[in-house]
Amino acid sequence: MNATSVRIVTLKIDDRELSAREDRTILEVARENQLDIPTLCHLDGLSSSGACRLCLVEITGIRRLLPACVTTVGEGMEVYTNTPRIQHYRKLILELLFSERNHVCSVCVSNGQCELQELARKLGVDHVHYPYLMPELPVDASNPRFVVDHNRCILCGRCTRACDEIEGAHTWDMRGRGIETRVITDFSDPWGASSTCTGCGKCVHVCPTGALSEKGRSVAEMVKHKHFMPYLTLMRKEQS
Amino acid sequence: MSKPRLASIWLDGCSGCHMSLIDLDDQLFALAEKVDVVFGPLVDTKEFPEGVDITLVEGAVSTDEDHEVIKLIRQRTKYLVALGDCAVTTNIPGMRNSSGTQEMLQGVYPEAPAWTDDLPKLQRALPLHAVVKVDVHLPGCPPPPEMFFAVIAALLEDRIPDVQNQVRFGM
Repeated sequence: MNATSVRIVTLKIDDRELSAREDRTILEVARENQLDIPTLCHLDGLSSSGACRLCLVEITGIRRLLPACVTTVGEGMEVYTNTPRIQHYRKLILELLFSERNHVCSVCVSNGQCELQELARKLGVDHVHYPYLMPELPVDASNPRFVVDHNRCILCGRCTRACDEIEGAHTWDMRGRGIETRVITDFSDPWGASSTCTGCGKCVHVCPTGALSEKGRSVAEMVKHKHFMPYLTLMRKEQS
Repeated sequence: MSKPRLASIWLDGCSGCHMSLIDLDDQLFALAEKVDVVFGPLVDTKEFPEGVDITLVEGAVSTDEDHEVIKLIRQRTKYLVALGDCAVTTNIPGMRNSSGTQEMLQGVYPEAPAWTDDLPKLQRALPLHAVVKVDVHLPGCPPPPEMFFAVIAALLEDRIPDVQNQVRFGM
């Protein structure tokens, strides 16, 4: 440790006394201590954006809920990760995600492999209170190897971050606001016409749902490999 | 003392949930000892009877006839179970909702004559709980056979079963 080494703070998560570096997030510290906080947009190896709101936690003395993935720990902090209030909001967020686009699991390439589907099972979302909007969104199959189905997208932004931060191509971005938001390639051009895409496929493998998949995969056939991300980040750091 | 009365119905679905029920195999005998099956696709009764304890509903609510029949079933049933993804989420029948019923019909039957009033009219596919009160949601396409047994057994004891972690949308 050099002279500018970070301080160690002590805090409580779910009544457990823990100590951690002050530059760590609540999510990192919780997971290191085998406390599970659900996430859909966070992925080890990528930066955190706080987009999905599933990692919201309660902190004593702060009235609003804060996302654990982008909130750093503090001295004396008391964090609660699974109160009835949080459980209520997590289920509500999942239900809103399911109601916004077509998330019909039974005919999805990611059926059985999907993080959204799995989280619904785990958190006990057995039906959706809101009306299904079912917009008719495009499917772009212009890329020779991959497909983007906007009907399955939850706008977590993992594809944009993997493409930008790991591959360095920044082919993916977001367009529009609110319910009109879409992921786009280049300047909203067809993926197959992209001049920046290297065809590496990292976006496909970090996608939590069936929005990005390899061509030729049928229902339940799209198995994704996400665990290589931290290694890639580490390798790049060592090179620079 | 008469046995509890079990009914089932197949609305806008594929019958896969009923197939899953039949996949209980030898446990069907145990089920038959506990309940009387009073209505369903395999029972030759035309009108839905009164005083039913448990009704399993497969499929989305899709036609004007579905709306009528499900409201009658709700009145005559103590515990209503939304059985499988079509009843719970509308599943595949609900996928026509994005383009509309007319476009789907013309896509599937390009040479079909105009819709006539003597046929049940297709409407926007709705999940069961959007039309009537539902007591138990059992997602899955289809739900696993053992869950049928667990849900029915719990309801026979006047207990609403907790299906968290045991079932999910899709397979």
